[in-house]
Amino acid sequence: MSSAREVAAAVRSKERSAREVTEEALAAVAERDGELHAFLEVLGDEALAAADAVDAAVARGEDPGPLAGVPIALKDNLCTRGIPTTCASRILEGWRPPYDATVVELLRAAGAIALGKTNMDEFAMGSSTENSAFGPTRNPHCMERVPGGSSGGSAAAVAAGFVPLGLGSDTGGSIRQPAALCGVVGMKPTYGRVSRYGLVAFASSLDQIGPFAATVEDAALLFDVLARHDPRDTTSLRHTAPPTHDAVAGGVDGVRVGVCPDLIEGCAPDVAARVYGAAEALRAAGAQVEEIRVPEFAYGLSAYYLIAPAEASSNLARYDGVRYGLRVEADDAAAMNTATRTAGFGAEVKRRIMLGTYALSAGYYDAYYAQAQRVRTMVVEAFGRAYASVDVLLGATAPTTAFALGDKVDDPMAMYMNDVCTIPSNLAGHPAVSVPFGAGADGLPVGVQVLAPALEEALLFRVARAVEAAAPQTAWSA
Amino acid sequence: MNAETEAGTDTEAGAETDRDWETVIGLEVHCELATRTKLFCGCPNAFGDEPNTNVCPVCLGLPGSLPVINAQAVELAMRIGTALHCEIRPSSFARKNYFYPDQAKDYQISQYDEPINADGSLTLPDGAVIGVTRAHMEEDTGKLTHVGAGGRINSAHHALVDYNRSGVPLVEIVSEPDIRSAAQARAYASELRGILVATGASDGRMEEGSMRIDANVSVRPAGAGEFGTRCEIKNLNSLRSLGRAIEYEVARQIALIGAGEVVTQETRHWDESAGRTESMRSKEEANDYRYFPEPDLVPLVPDAAWQGRVRAAMGPMPADRRALLADLLGGSASEAQAEQIRAVVDLGLDALVSAAVTAGATATMALARAANEVAAEGEAGLALAAEAFSALLALEASGALSPTQSKAVLHELAVRGGDPAALAKEMGFEALGADSLAAVVAEVIAAHPDEWERYVEGEDKVSGVFVQGVMKATKGQANGKEVVAELRRLRG
Repeated sequence: MSSAREVAAAVRSKERSAREVTEEALAAVAERDGELHAFLEVLGDEALAAADAVDAAVARGEDPGPLAGVPIALKDNLCTRGIPTTCASRILEGWRPPYDATVVELLRAAGAIALGKTNMDEFAMGSSTENSAFGPTRNPHCMERVPGGSSGGSAAAVAAGFVPLGLGSDTGGSIRQPAALCGVVGMKPTYGRVSRYGLVAFASSLDQIGPFAATVEDAALLFDVLARHDPRDTTSLRHTAPPTHDAVAGGVDGVRVGVCPDLIEGCAPDVAARVYGAAEALRAAGAQVEEIRVPEFAYGLSAYYLIAPAEASSNLARYDGVRYGLRVEADDAAAMNTATRTAGFGAEVKRRIMLGTYALSAGYYDAYYAQAQRVRTMVVEAFGRAYASVDVLLGATAPTTAFALGDKVDDPMAMYMNDVCTIPSNLAGHPAVSVPFGAGADGLPVGVQVLAPALEEALLFRVARAVEAAAPQTAWSA
Repeated sequence: MNAETEAGTDTEAGAETDRDWETVIGLEVHCELATRTKLFCGCPNAFGDEPNTNVCPVCLGLPGSLPVINAQAVELAMRIGTALHCEIRPSSFARKNYFYPDQAKDYQISQYDEPINADGSLTLPDGAVIGVTRAHMEEDTGKLTHVGAGGRINSAHHALVDYNRSGVPLVEIVSEPDIRSAAQARAYASELRGILVATGASDGRMEEGSMRIDANVSVRPAGAGEFGTRCEIKNLNSLRSLGRAIEYEVARQIALIGAGEVVTQETRHWDESAGRTESMRSKEEANDYRYFPEPDLVPLVPDAAWQGRVRAAMGPMPADRRALLADLLGGSASEAQAEQIRAVVDLGLDALVSAAVTAGATATMALARAANEVAAEGEAGLALAAEAFSALLALEASGALSPTQSKAVLHELAVRGGDPAALAKEMGFEALGADSLAAVVAEVIAAHPDEWERYVEGEDKVSGVFVQGVMKATKGQANGKEVVAELRRLRG
């Protein structure tokens, strides 16, 4: 499939119709998604109606927007009016939100076509999409491997060529890690750049919606549509900045790149080798590359796995069977709550609810939650020191290439370690992006991660584009 | 102050209460703010609408929804803090986590360790000062109605939830344990209610749940330094309930201790019809609320300019208004007049009194008529035009209407409005001319020759017989003072 930029240009110039593009995408999904399972819900009629509206606007001489007629895959934790939104959980089965998430509204206003809702780890808790209550998604480059997670469905949909764009959410790496494992671009914006209104919360202080795309330029194009202040989200920033995609090709001449061993050394050798390869490529492109240590990143994982579950234990309390979603009847209200939650939540969600409840409990709060917040502050300060001497940081996105389905499902710690390189940016609220850069020893994609200070998305995309431009041409195969 | 405890006067604990025990009370008052919309969404904040009509994704706690703070609610909270002499501080919200079906999110967004108002005080009309620990913002929950069987929580078959109240802004005003009797608790709640109404923060309607009170009650031997074990009493929805519940609870605790038992720290429910408190849950059963900072809201930092605008927009508080009326009386109010002043300010009739005095009425008369006749007409009395009130008092002062006539006209005037002179005429009240009065007095004297003889011999107190007789004959149209003057003239 063509890039989002090309599709939008073709639709705006009447070279192609949005209906034709949408039908093509739907046909591809119909043909291959039975096997892949990237989508939980495909929006056939709705997508075609939206496409016709775009075509009608073009026919009237109106501009449907920068994403005119571009099909997009939405992670199933984004509320879509009248369309099931499950978070891949039994507990939300059958719930149809009465409203659209702000990002869904922005996409519609930009002319994009929502093609469907994608699979994910239940409530975005996981790194392989195997925690979906509706079955796993497979990696389009190797059907025996996971696509990563939690936004595995959106990553796989883009990697499979079903859609040029996808939306995910990133709480500890849930956009960047699956992007790396699927060989696509995945970006987490600065906390507050994209409204969270209508994103079903996992860990509110860490969650951020971001783009998947096949190219850095497309990711920037989508980011520019999403990055708007929203009065419905008080953590939404009022920051205004020029569109990032105009500056994507600006090059890295003179940009100070800090290669961070603390984001590389724990990774498999083939992954580490690719990261150093990307550093060399940036040096060749004119960047000033140096090594920079940020040892505090090592503590990020522990802090994250207290803060995120703590917030989740509260955010997920509302799934009690009283108002919507699953209800398992029982003798009284409390018994009904228990029966509903026992039946409705999967094992990983229950594990994190219990972990978070414990971390917030009287007598443990200071030792766990409060201590984790102090570590979070420490990580933020460490970033600050690093950015005093470099403009961006470079590291791996995930420790390995895509692992086999079933490989880590019984070993939560091994699964959690997948997030070790991505978590620091969530704790700090900084933007970061994963860019494909060649293959690992198994022939599967490797992602290189670029990290930038808050609000430096334009610089982030510029460096990412330079990495992309230097990436070895690879036909993924395992 | 323990000697004034009234709890023992009509309870089984008897007189022992007064001498040997001191009551310690702290009140938590929840005030629903009179905002147009809810605390975190744009739904109407309205009482009495069809259930579940004023709801949206935010106040239903639907997945993905986010709260946005209502600036009007913050402003009203700051007014309350200002009126209670609190320090207004940068504040934040936290989540109070607990499962209950009336909670849309299964957590309540509430200020916790950083309240907007702290360290204030409230001065009671008698001069006693009660400390105010804090006055913080939080959201209300939905309303549960238990259906079936007894309609009580424990026996109901099922419950219905109305989320119209979910997300309604509240300010919780927490007092220090400075209150020493049920009467003082009532005085505190009453004064606080007046302040809440005066700030515009609340309509003060306790019967509609606009103001709800929890009381923390303990007793200790008189003179003891440490507090006794306290019980928290819930479901106090009127000043009467508050007083009765405290009296009951104090007697219960004293009886327990007297019987060699101990008071257990617990939450107790006030049963208004049974007239007693009942255990709801013990300290051990209490929730661990797992408070933590609300990540969906940014800290609230009202700047000095905003605080200044809030302060400038506030009218006088009840205490100031009482002082103003006392000044009109020349600074020396009798106990009865002090009571009239409290009633007039509580009802918001003080502007009426001031206007009448400015128009020439005596403060004594204006205050008495407002506190009695106007107040008796309730809501209608609040709408009485100051001009009409002043005009009526002028008629009375000039003698055109007797006090009895004036009062009767005032009741009508408060209900119907209009021109007092025309109303008086319509009611058949026209002052008697001097000639007709003399004629009536002569008739009454003729009917009571013995009494007249005694009066002539100097027994002044018999004059009452003639005054009553004249009043009866004139259906109250005569002026008592003028009758006496006529009697004196005739006596010579």
